[in-house]
Amino acid sequence: MYLFHTDEDRQAMLKSIGAESVDELIHSQVPENARFEGTLQLPPALSEMEMQREVERAAAQNASAASHVCFMGGGAYDHFVPATVDAIASRGEFFTSYTPYQAEVSQGNLQAMFEYETLVTQLTGLDVSNASLYDGGSAAVEAVMMALSVVKGRNKVVTSAAVHPEYRQILETYLRGLQCELVVAPYDASGTSSGIADYIDDKTACVLIQHPNFFGRLEEVQQIADATHAAGALLVQSFDPISVGRLKRPGDMGADIAVAEGQGLGNPLNFGGPYLGIMACRNELVRRLPGRIAGQTVDRRGNRCWVLTLQTREQHIRRERATSNICSNQTLLALRATIYLSLLGPEGLKETAEHCLQKTQYMQKQVASLERFSVPFAGPVFKEFVVKDHDGSVANLIESMRGDGYLAGVPLGQWYPELSDCYLIAVTERRTRDEIDSYCRSLSQLTSEGVIAGA
Amino acid sequence: MRNTQSTQLLFELSHPGRRAALLPKLDPEIAAASEPLPAHQTNDAPPPLPELAEGDVVRHFTNLSTLNMSVDTHFYPLGSCTMKYNPKRNERLASLPGLADVHPLQPAETIQGMLAILYELQHMLAEISGLPGVSLQPAAGAHGELAAMMVAQAYFAKKGENRPIVLTADSAHGTNPASAAMAGFQTKTVKSNADGLVDFEDLKSKLNDQVAVFMLTNPNTLGLFDHQIREITDAVHAAGGLVYADGANMNAILGISRPGDFGADMMHYNPHKTFSGPHGGGGPGAGPICVRDFLEPYLPSPTIRYDAEQDMYLLDDDRPDSIGRIRSFFGNTGVLLRAYFYIRSYGGEGLRQVSEDAVLGANYLLSKVKHILHVPHGDRCMHEFVASASKLKKEKGISAMDLAKRILDFGFHAPTVYFPLVVDEAVMVEPTETESKETLDAFAAALFRVTEESGDLIHDAPHSTRVSRPNDVAAARNPIMRWTKDK
Repeated sequence: MYLFHTDEDRQAMLKSIGAESVDELIHSQVPENARFEGTLQLPPALSEMEMQREVERAAAQNASAASHVCFMGGGAYDHFVPATVDAIASRGEFFTSYTPYQAEVSQGNLQAMFEYETLVTQLTGLDVSNASLYDGGSAAVEAVMMALSVVKGRNKVVTSAAVHPEYRQILETYLRGLQCELVVAPYDASGTSSGIADYIDDKTACVLIQHPNFFGRLEEVQQIADATHAAGALLVQSFDPISVGRLKRPGDMGADIAVAEGQGLGNPLNFGGPYLGIMACRNELVRRLPGRIAGQTVDRRGNRCWVLTLQTREQHIRRERATSNICSNQTLLALRATIYLSLLGPEGLKETAEHCLQKTQYMQKQVASLERFSVPFAGPVFKEFVVKDHDGSVANLIESMRGDGYLAGVPLGQWYPELSDCYLIAVTERRTRDEIDSYCRSLSQLTSEGVIAGA
Repeated sequence: MRNTQSTQLLFELSHPGRRAALLPKLDPEIAAASEPLPAHQTNDAPPPLPELAEGDVVRHFTNLSTLNMSVDTHFYPLGSCTMKYNPKRNERLASLPGLADVHPLQPAETIQGMLAILYELQHMLAEISGLPGVSLQPAAGAHGELAAMMVAQAYFAKKGENRPIVLTADSAHGTNPASAAMAGFQTKTVKSNADGLVDFEDLKSKLNDQVAVFMLTNPNTLGLFDHQIREITDAVHAAGGLVYADGANMNAILGISRPGDFGADMMHYNPHKTFSGPHGGGGPGAGPICVRDFLEPYLPSPTIRYDAEQDMYLLDDDRPDSIGRIRSFFGNTGVLLRAYFYIRSYGGEGLRQVSEDAVLGANYLLSKVKHILHVPHGDRCMHEFVASASKLKKEKGISAMDLAKRILDFGFHAPTVYFPLVVDEAVMVEPTETESKETLDAFAAALFRVTEESGDLIHDAPHSTRVSRPNDVAAARNPIMRWTKDK
């Protein structure tokens, strides 16, 4: 199918090798007691047409942001992807190349990585960026690991309950084997981490916050940064890269390391992956920065060019003493983000952020005006907000709303038992006023008709 | 013909006021509902991104793309990376809206098609590996290694055994020791013998009740299948340890040998290699892991379970012994889907043919290359082999790196050089099954020509690329990692 050799080719090749058969080649290598003698029990081979039919059938069983109006967020967002992103990123020269080990024939990727890194420093207000990590969650955890290795002799990590719950779960997994203490400061009545300073002490290596936080609420980052630095710790901020079209950048508010989920920058939802882990830090931390980095240099002809640099930090040289075991990066997704940001420019990013901000605020008002619903956390939000259903069951509500064509939101009870009557609504620039108004009408109708059973 | 659209950076092409993306007008009533944010939270101006028209962007990146070698355009015999052809159908299928536009937090009942595919993939990976427990969550091979080392930690902790050491082969990928260290283990290295295989005596001398895991790659990074593999895995088990197989070289043994059958307790796949996801310039990949049944409870959560009572696929995170979550959401689904499509295109017999052709191609190229370069470890291999340029270096001053650079001029990507570390001036070649005999012949001919060329010609190579021999040392000494106005 994707193979090249005819039987004639195979015979000619065997003859040149001086072997009777491929079995002979294999038997010369694989001892009898390690051979698999049967046939793998897998479904039969499919032609392209058959497979297309079968996969289309499976895909049709899924609801999606294409079949429904998507108000789901929680770290993955239905942002608009301009056609240009797909058109360029799908070019085989980008798509089917590999890690730029030979810089001379990878200048396209290397330059794009350098441009990506520059764009990330512009988004974060920090000095250096790597060429990307697996996803926003891994980036947050790698940043914490990095901080633990920089701030010597301290093994306490403080984070907030308003940080993405899955990021905190990954953090727990990573820290378990390393004798580190993880402290989670509760969110306050306004859904922010205002009390986190009480948990920071001279054992604390770093503080991980998210701003805008998991509830869409804005944190007082500067205050948290001051408290963190006063204790001699580093501040890691997970942020939304779209938000900095309007909000201050992490580096401008005192964050030492900024991390983000970059999916929203030109990448589809893809059921959670592949995604794009963004990470940037201050200059002094660069030798601890995990992952690949592209840097500028000149070639022997004096031409400006790009290479992978500072590789002595990495696992292929330092092995068990490497700063991280990560040896890949999400270049293709970073490329998509680079194209996306080039298309948006400063004004486009600002407008996109403005759309998210204003549409979210508009929708929050509309939902809060419905009798059965309220907004438990007062204060400004960006792109997301928590809504409370006073007498309904959230799961039923979301299911009924799906019948009306909506992916209505993300229930919070799975992570926050105290918020089991609450869910998270995300509003991106893609949502129209009509969609928001219709959503609220559906919500109102379903509740007034008693379609959504009371708890 | 110099094309400045690609030698300039986006930032240098920027022209104030130029726009590519325009958004719809904000509805006035929406704007009216909005309250201003506190001034200390907002910026005075958006980040200083470049300002470009759509045509600028398209031309810039299209031109940049032409500076890359890729599988779609060139033979890419980069050893250990398995740069095989990437089927186009997989891209179309993975982009179906019912797959690409699924939100990761949708309730299970809305994604039964997606979960059915992934559940089936779990079974297929288990069958191919001979190991029944599967987690699709790890986002890359090295991430899979880390997850597996955490599984080993949890397993021994539950058994109440203190085993702080992980053994890794000296020929192993550097990610092996790095992953073990990140999971909290100390690492010790096991030597290779003169044949490039695990030095069994050295291994035995290091096995004791302190050793949790032996991590090995089989076939190894020399492209050799360890003929003592069963004795090795038996010895590790006899010492109470677990065997981890680095699955980087699975492309060689599909349907030929199964890690679970030869004694591995855990392994990861690099589906982007073995099952051909596009590598995308260095990622994304994925790193699903398979483990023996007694390790299954420790796998990361969630896994996919079929619930017969509800006739539904579910994401299962009610797994008390699990190491927990290692990545947000489900994993690199897009890459996993492509692996699924690939396996479905071939079926069981087809997959064996893939490996047979990979082995045939490598041995064919080996039979030609061994007349050009010294191949220290035998004249048979699995899907890749390692030659050495040390003689060439001694006699003509031509290093493995020189060779790699000059071969670029002939329209081939270079082999992997200086890896594995156990071979002096290593040149590691992996042709894969998706290259024709003609291509392999042309590559061997080019390699031969290079070795016949004069030193000067080669030291200055490559000659045909836009840049030649970037100064890595200067880049590291004075790192410039972003564009600024004055540079």
